[in-house]
Amino acid sequence: MKIQFELNGTTHYVDIDAGESLLNLVRRLGALSARSGCEVGDCGSCTVLLDGRPVRGCITFAAKAQGRVVTTVEGLGTMDDLHPLQQAFLDTGAVQCGYCTPGMILVAYELLTKEEDPTAEQIRDALAGNLCRCTGYRKIVDAVQLAARRKAEGLWR
Amino acid sequence: MAVTERNYAVAGHNVTKVDGAALVCGSPKFALDVELPGSLVGKILRSPHAHARIKSIDTAEAESIPGVACVLHHGNVPRIAHTTAGQGWPEPSPYDSFLFDSKVRYVGDQVAAVAAVDERTAEQALRKIRVEYEVLPPVLSLDEALAEGAPVIHDEPDSEGIYDATRNVAAAVDIPVGDVDAALGRAEATVEITCEIPYSQHVPLEPHCVLAYFDEDGRLVLRTSTQVPFHVRRIVARVLDIPMQRIRVIKPRIGGGFGVKQEILLEPVAGALALRARRPVRMAFSREEEFVSSRTRHPMRVRVAVGAGKDGMLQALEMEATSNTGAYGTHALTVLSNTGSKTLPLYNKAPALRFHGRAAYTNLPVAGAYRGYGATQGYFPLEVAMDQLAEALGMDPVDLRLKNHIQEGETSPIFEKIGEGREGVPQVVRSCKLAECLQVGEERFGWREKRAAPRHSGPWSYGVGVACAMQGSGITGIDMGAATIMMTEDGSFRLHAGATDLGTGSDTVLAQIAAEVLGVPVEKVTVYSSDTDFTPFDVGAYASSTTYVSGTAVLRAAQDVRSQILSVAAGALSQPAEDLLLEGERVRAPDGQSLTLAEVGHRAAYVVDQHQIAATASSVPQESPPPFAAFFAEVGVDRETGIVRLERMLGVADCGVALHPDLAQGQLEGAMAQGVGQALFEELGFSQRGRCVTTNLLDYRIPATLDVPDLQAVLLDSYEPSGPLGAKSIAEIGINGPLPALSNAMYHALGVRLTRAPFTPARVLEALEQGR
Repeated sequence: MKIQFELNGTTHYVDIDAGESLLNLVRRLGALSARSGCEVGDCGSCTVLLDGRPVRGCITFAAKAQGRVVTTVEGLGTMDDLHPLQQAFLDTGAVQCGYCTPGMILVAYELLTKEEDPTAEQIRDALAGNLCRCTGYRKIVDAVQLAARRKAEGLWR
Repeated sequence: MAVTERNYAVAGHNVTKVDGAALVCGSPKFALDVELPGSLVGKILRSPHAHARIKSIDTAEAESIPGVACVLHHGNVPRIAHTTAGQGWPEPSPYDSFLFDSKVRYVGDQVAAVAAVDERTAEQALRKIRVEYEVLPPVLSLDEALAEGAPVIHDEPDSEGIYDATRNVAAAVDIPVGDVDAALGRAEATVEITCEIPYSQHVPLEPHCVLAYFDEDGRLVLRTSTQVPFHVRRIVARVLDIPMQRIRVIKPRIGGGFGVKQEILLEPVAGALALRARRPVRMAFSREEEFVSSRTRHPMRVRVAVGAGKDGMLQALEMEATSNTGAYGTHALTVLSNTGSKTLPLYNKAPALRFHGRAAYTNLPVAGAYRGYGATQGYFPLEVAMDQLAEALGMDPVDLRLKNHIQEGETSPIFEKIGEGREGVPQVVRSCKLAECLQVGEERFGWREKRAAPRHSGPWSYGVGVACAMQGSGITGIDMGAATIMMTEDGSFRLHAGATDLGTGSDTVLAQIAAEVLGVPVEKVTVYSSDTDFTPFDVGAYASSTTYVSGTAVLRAAQDVRSQILSVAAGALSQPAEDLLLEGERVRAPDGQSLTLAEVGHRAAYVVDQHQIAATASSVPQESPPPFAAFFAEVGVDRETGIVRLERMLGVADCGVALHPDLAQGQLEGAMAQGVGQALFEELGFSQRGRCVTTNLLDYRIPATLDVPDLQAVLLDSYEPSGPLGAKSIAEIGINGPLPALSNAMYHALGVRLTRAPFTPARVLEALEQGR
């Protein structure tokens, strides 16, 4: 079947398999930041935003993207022009292997659209479904708080 | 600039991680982020039995499926005994593994492999392979394995290096120092405890994966998620019986390793399939395969006996370990040795010591290298025993440790007696800030006040516990790291390191070392790691080695390049090289003249005495300076449900100079979180027939944000004289603390000892019941 949807600002009209996952679809369209970690929705490494809401790419049918907007971190910033949230992850040392990082950033991005000044508890709650094996999470929470401060200062887009 | 001084311009600062911008943008950097046209998908057929002989295997139907390129099994590949452990040479692990064997030794063992056009076809082909098994009685526990008359797991005649195959003993160690029995008998206070650590798994977010293809000359290229690219090359050459020269191994970004990627697992299978099919092959473990068929921590039962005088001075220390290596003996001897060698020197005041133990085969998943590498298994009972001893003597556990721990200028006979599967090397500890770690920790944690009495609130009891640990920095006399630094004529540098950044940040730390010596900001150093064709040799990332071993190689190469730069500048400025100063991207003469590095580079490349400014240097560690740490934990336990909640955990460490404090802290905090998981809920479960039943991240939980709400690492100011710019290691030590610290905290809260990890609600309730 064919679906039409927007991925990081570009409209795609693509053939998909009936059982294809959204993760597979965005990866074959070049958004490689979404990565498989468990295939069953437990780890959060494949998180993408569907109409601004985080979903697990591995357990979401590609067909659900029909007519909707999908965002991955490739849609937030580029290496030459990082989004302030991406910059905050770098500035706080929240990135180690980086495999979980895109998913973390997307969940934090949505949190910061709802909460201007989230507490550490709210951040931990929002990120509770995204696993990281490298950091111990403290620096990730710090990154989101730093990003919130920068957003309050008007450094956002 | 003298780099032995501490006023560093780049080192010791939180520079931006060199691969950080790419990682936050999700750039295609991992092994399987590359697609090659015509790639096949490789899949492995796994054993449904814990112990069986393959009577026959029929692949005709599988091979007839359109899209199936080839099927490999024991009948059509060479039989070459090897170890999957990516270690130095000579290899200390037994050669007891075969690419495919006519016998399977655990549920999940490798039976056959298929390459097909896509995943669906490959899976269909796996289902069509007909295997007839002769099921053998399985050995599903340590006690069964070591019992008289137990089924022999490795009865094949062509394995080598097994300690005693007929008794299922893969490895054994017995190192006495003095007469420990007599010393224990004489001691005024003695304690003894046995602790057990279960099967646990590393759970890197990126499971093992590899892309095998051919270069323009038909050489086999393996783009693989590994910690040990050079060992991959050596072992794949052996297993596939092809010259090392025909293999190139590329290590891209790695999504975590923690030791599990120190194993050569998928690479020979993907390589063999690619060679047979003459097409690229991609393979990845599913999360289930990662749990069952990759590697785990060695489950261990460890007994510790400690004897001390009334004054608290240790007089005798005995440790006995019984280790379960699973179906194959990968790392069996070295993990076992490390259980003693990385723990007993911490309390070097005891004149009588003994470490002894055995590693047994079972028909269960294969244990391997896992962060902590045996030390984690040893520290659990050792640090619980210290808590018991403190109680027996009426001392504060912090004070007991302050009295007994090793200090600067001291040694332990263990350093010389136990090495990496052979004798060790004597060593004097040159930096040790463990006393400060304990003192800073107890103050920040509010230890004395909280330790005075446990708190109770309804069904909840709260207690605090402490534990100490050390580790090492690389493997003395065995590890080797090398690095090449080349100058580009614009005044920038290319650092080619065999060292393996698996998410630790070592590329950044190595760039900092080079930048510090070369007087440039870190952005002027482009790091390339690691590729067996284009970077010099390095044993890889394990044994907490990269900063110390590979970092020293980078330091030496940078010093060499620096003197070459000064020599070129000396010619241009007509000044003696020894009068020149290299800093801030310029070479400066005393008379005020100066040259930019770009001018130096340009001169060497195009103008006078043209040559490439470059140097390669190697490093083989002559000692392995231990990092030290103290861990403080506060737990809450619900006495009615047995639920345990970590309230707070603080780790204070001496890692020498933290070359990148944020990354070093991240290593320590990450390891502590992993240790908390081991203490509270991580355990592989098995059916009665030996089938692993915890094969996803719901049945096997790892800590999430809410499980480690207040976990923090502090690094103390320290300087290791033998280390690059004063650094030693930090990667593993953090995982040694949580198990004993939490067990001790629970004893403080409840008055019962938890000696079997993880401390699940059922075990807590059982302990409370028995304590009544």
